[in-house]
Amino acid sequence: MEDKTFQGYKGRALDILKKYDVHVWDKAEVDTTRGHFSGKILPRAENTDDLHIVMKVITGYNIGLDIETITHMKGERDPQPNFKVPEKEFPYTKGLPHVKLLGTGGTIASRLDYRTGAVIPAFSPGELFGAVPELADICNLDTEKVFAVFSENMSPKEYMALANKIGDEVKNGIDGIVIGHGTDTLAHTATALTYMCQNLPMPVVLVGSQRSSDRPSSDAALNLMHAMTAAGHGDIAEVMVCMFGPTSDEYGFLHRGTRVRKMHSSYRSTFRTIGDTPLATISRKNGVQPIKEIYNHRRKGAEREVEIITNLQDYKKSIATNNPNITRIVPTFDDRVAILYYYPGMKPDVLEALIEKGYKGIVWDGTGLGHVNKGMFDAIQRATDAGIHQYMCVQTIWGYTHMFVYDTGRDLMARGIIPADNMLAESAYIKLGWALGLSHDREEVRQLMLTPINSETTPREPYDGYLIYQGGVPEVEEFVHKVHK
Amino acid sequence: MNNINPQQNYELSKKAIGYVDRKQATQADYDRIGFMSGLETHQQLNTKEKLFCHCPAGIFQKSDEYDAELLRHMRPTLSEMGGYDGTALMEFKTRKNIIYRISNKTACTYDVDDTPPFPLNREALQYALEIALASKLNIVGEVHVTRKQYLDGSIPTGFQRTAILGVEGEIPLKHKKVRLIQLSIEEDACREVSDIGHTRIYRTDRLGMPLIETVTAPELKNPDEVKEAAQYIRFLNRSTGHVRTGIGAGRQDVNVSCKGGTRIEVKGVSHTKWIPDVTHYECFRQWALLAIRDQLNRRISKQNWKMNYMELNPKKFKFYFSPITDAIAQNKKIYAVNLPEFAGLLSHFCQPGRPFYDEFVNRLKVIACLERPNMATSEDIDDVVSSHVFDEIRSAMNAGEQDAQIIFWADDDDVQTALDTIEERALMAFDGVPSETRKVMYDATTIFERVLPGADRMYPDTDSAPIPLTNEYIESLKQNIPDEIADRYAQCTQWNIPEDCFTYIFSNNHYPMIKRIINELDITPKFAGTFFGHTLKHLHGQYGRIPFCTCRIYHLFAFLKQKNINYGIAKNMLKIMFEHPEMEFENILKELHFQTLTETELIQKAKDLAKQPFVAYRKNTNNQDRINTIMGQLHYMGIGNINLGKLAEEL
Repeated sequence: MEDKTFQGYKGRALDILKKYDVHVWDKAEVDTTRGHFSGKILPRAENTDDLHIVMKVITGYNIGLDIETITHMKGERDPQPNFKVPEKEFPYTKGLPHVKLLGTGGTIASRLDYRTGAVIPAFSPGELFGAVPELADICNLDTEKVFAVFSENMSPKEYMALANKIGDEVKNGIDGIVIGHGTDTLAHTATALTYMCQNLPMPVVLVGSQRSSDRPSSDAALNLMHAMTAAGHGDIAEVMVCMFGPTSDEYGFLHRGTRVRKMHSSYRSTFRTIGDTPLATISRKNGVQPIKEIYNHRRKGAEREVEIITNLQDYKKSIATNNPNITRIVPTFDDRVAILYYYPGMKPDVLEALIEKGYKGIVWDGTGLGHVNKGMFDAIQRATDAGIHQYMCVQTIWGYTHMFVYDTGRDLMARGIIPADNMLAESAYIKLGWALGLSHDREEVRQLMLTPINSETTPREPYDGYLIYQGGVPEVEEFVHKVHK
Repeated sequence: MNNINPQQNYELSKKAIGYVDRKQATQADYDRIGFMSGLETHQQLNTKEKLFCHCPAGIFQKSDEYDAELLRHMRPTLSEMGGYDGTALMEFKTRKNIIYRISNKTACTYDVDDTPPFPLNREALQYALEIALASKLNIVGEVHVTRKQYLDGSIPTGFQRTAILGVEGEIPLKHKKVRLIQLSIEEDACREVSDIGHTRIYRTDRLGMPLIETVTAPELKNPDEVKEAAQYIRFLNRSTGHVRTGIGAGRQDVNVSCKGGTRIEVKGVSHTKWIPDVTHYECFRQWALLAIRDQLNRRISKQNWKMNYMELNPKKFKFYFSPITDAIAQNKKIYAVNLPEFAGLLSHFCQPGRPFYDEFVNRLKVIACLERPNMATSEDIDDVVSSHVFDEIRSAMNAGEQDAQIIFWADDDDVQTALDTIEERALMAFDGVPSETRKVMYDATTIFERVLPGADRMYPDTDSAPIPLTNEYIESLKQNIPDEIADRYAQCTQWNIPEDCFTYIFSNNHYPMIKRIINELDITPKFAGTFFGHTLKHLHGQYGRIPFCTCRIYHLFAFLKQKNINYGIAKNMLKIMFEHPEMEFENILKELHFQTLTETELIQKAKDLAKQPFVAYRKNTNNQDRINTIMGQLHYMGIGNINLGKLAEEL
């Protein structure tokens, strides 16, 4: 076990603690050239300097002492406090749906980590019940920590593991699945699971929080309640993201996994469906209220079968058979795929490097209708010649590629770039990795890419699919004044 | 039949505990009940921006001036040391909808907790450190921002970002030194617009403004001492010239306990003049609660005490009190609660005008969200429910002679919380004084506000990096530290400035200007002191504010000195400066019809006047009347040219 006697201290601060035999968690009296201080010695966050010692004074505040000023220290041993969320047995209620919560990490539930000074997740049904007792009124809960990684450390390996886990739960007859996830790459995971878990009989709801649950104003509890409700009671059997609608604690949205994007670095209402309306609203009071009329309905009582598919032949066969009772789990991924975000002045060597490294797929995030500069043309041709599958998305985020409008677009298509319509770049990246996991044949991959599994491309963009109002004009200000943000 | 006369019982119990009015109270009285008090004074800093964002500080809106609203709820969280805070859990019970009103001018996404904090405002840090140094505190080596939970919603994050800058200081009062526990820098909270039922509305203009909190040790032994300490800290803060003034810019929380009592925090005493009454009442309230405790424990043990209750059918029980009849009309539930062995205690004196049952009233308001009036008791001073009804209730509940009853009315959803609240408070009576924070009312009595939060609600702010305070930085700040308030008091006394000038001079930080005028211009300290402490104070009060920089007063005297004009005219000029802040001194003199006359010329004029026949208006006149008449005529001519006293002497 790691020695925590001087947790987080290093260099000169560590020397001082050792010199006076003062340990972390000790009650200490410290004399300094700036006067006397007394309190409990706390661990120090790892990436900070070695010039200060952290202390909690009697009033509960933390302070730092400059080691240069310390003239004497005296420590008295005191036990380390226990940081557990109060754990209670999650009650079983007959008649409520069974929901499985799969934990991946993230800030749905968390506590402080002294090592980094940051928050780390804490997760178990009992802990969750201790923190959000309302959950027991919604469903019967079972949890499983699939892995504990921060959102940014999620990768195709984890997507595939989750897909297999979902397959297992489908077989077990679960009523709904909730996946706790950090918000940074929540949308990536949602889109990956959409491709990997097709024709689901019940909802799979991904949920996170924008304010960690160590804060009284956290959105975690409400998001979790919404997600459990959508998973246990909702009729929409798709892979969805469930997060705040407005920044107010009022209702949440259910977003289709392929069309959702995190649009603000810190707002609670950061997730938005792009190019369409969200699937539904969700609230404690009204439950799931669908906005979209067409969606995959929950299959009640039907036979549940699961097919695990890892090659194109089986996949095509399964699609052709189209058995409504069969859930397809397609956990494949070729991770030699990259997104290239075009910028003015971009040089072809960026692309050359990817060719040289043996990449198999590139998603271009082009300007406007889907463009990059002329200087890239030769390299793009070389990439195609090297067998790289190249797709074009738009960095405008909203809208379709239209590569016939300008010469540049036509030139790019002539060199092998395929327009990906209104697929989000992140969605296209995941789908290309997934498709290349099934085949490297240019035409087969193209078929897979351009045949939507669940709205990653849409045939039409409704008028209310693009709403970004600007403040300052009377009608918008009036709206903002009237409706809770 | 219960034969307690509530009014009589209230008066008798007041006498029984030995309550004395503050004006009659002596140190012996305070020693008898073990008066003990400490202060937490809050003072806004005069910075351009807020503490953790770049919104302007010090711009305020009316409650209906807002661009958007948003709604939040607060949930208790686990503290760093592993426990839930008592206040936190209680406030969660109340299930409040918190509405924030936001104006674009004064609040940004940080204020409503949709953006992490920006680095701590360095201007604020500097001002706060200067005050910490002036308070002789031990300055920390590194500033750690901490989160202090507030679940009332007054801060949208649910916590206040705050950091200690110094610990263990002291301030000298007239007769003793008082230790300071700590000084912290923190962000101010929202201002409440309303709090009705389950909805509380806040505006976010004041939110996030930097302020400092100075905490004294609980060493103050009588109400006047508490006030003196508060004044001292206020003057010290103001002496740096970096703090805001005006309503709400300085506020005190006063901690009070009596012997055997509990530390009670009375929040938001916005004027030091209220402190003596507030602390006096609070100390005696605790003394009264201890008397109630003793009586109760003599009657029954806490373990054996059990409350019972019943729902009242409004058809069976006749009510005429309009809040109850309204409640019935709104389909609310009416409940009766029997408190065994509480007879004579509900109407027991606690504070002037507030018998013991008031403790239940305000807990029901805060915890169960029941708007006042929310209950009636069998011992109401103004009986709103007839004794017949209580007789019926008593027989329906098999209540004993020694029992007391409460009736409350509430929405179905709130009934359980209300019952829990009543039971909880009744049980607390067995232990004496419950830990809580209290809110001060207009008459200096207090009502329940929240359970007293403990150190458990502190949590390190993981969004902010620690800020090291180097020795070089601290040394450089020491250059700006004003001299001590105690030394300034002594200096003013030595200068013969009358003591009635002190409060005005120090609360407005005029001392540095007075000192400069005395040192640089040929003016007697007493004149300069009374010029500020009387003349300026009078005009300041009359006009509500000083419309110019007080450096203008320095320039005024410098001008008079240069022109060789007697300083006596300055008082007349000052009045014109209030009316026309921009007017040049020359023009002010013209406005006063001032003309230069030599002493000889003036004395000649006086002699001329003396030659004229003196018309007496009264029967009996003497020579002094004659001189006064001449002086009256010469006053305008003389002022500025001669010391009028000297002229009178000449006559």
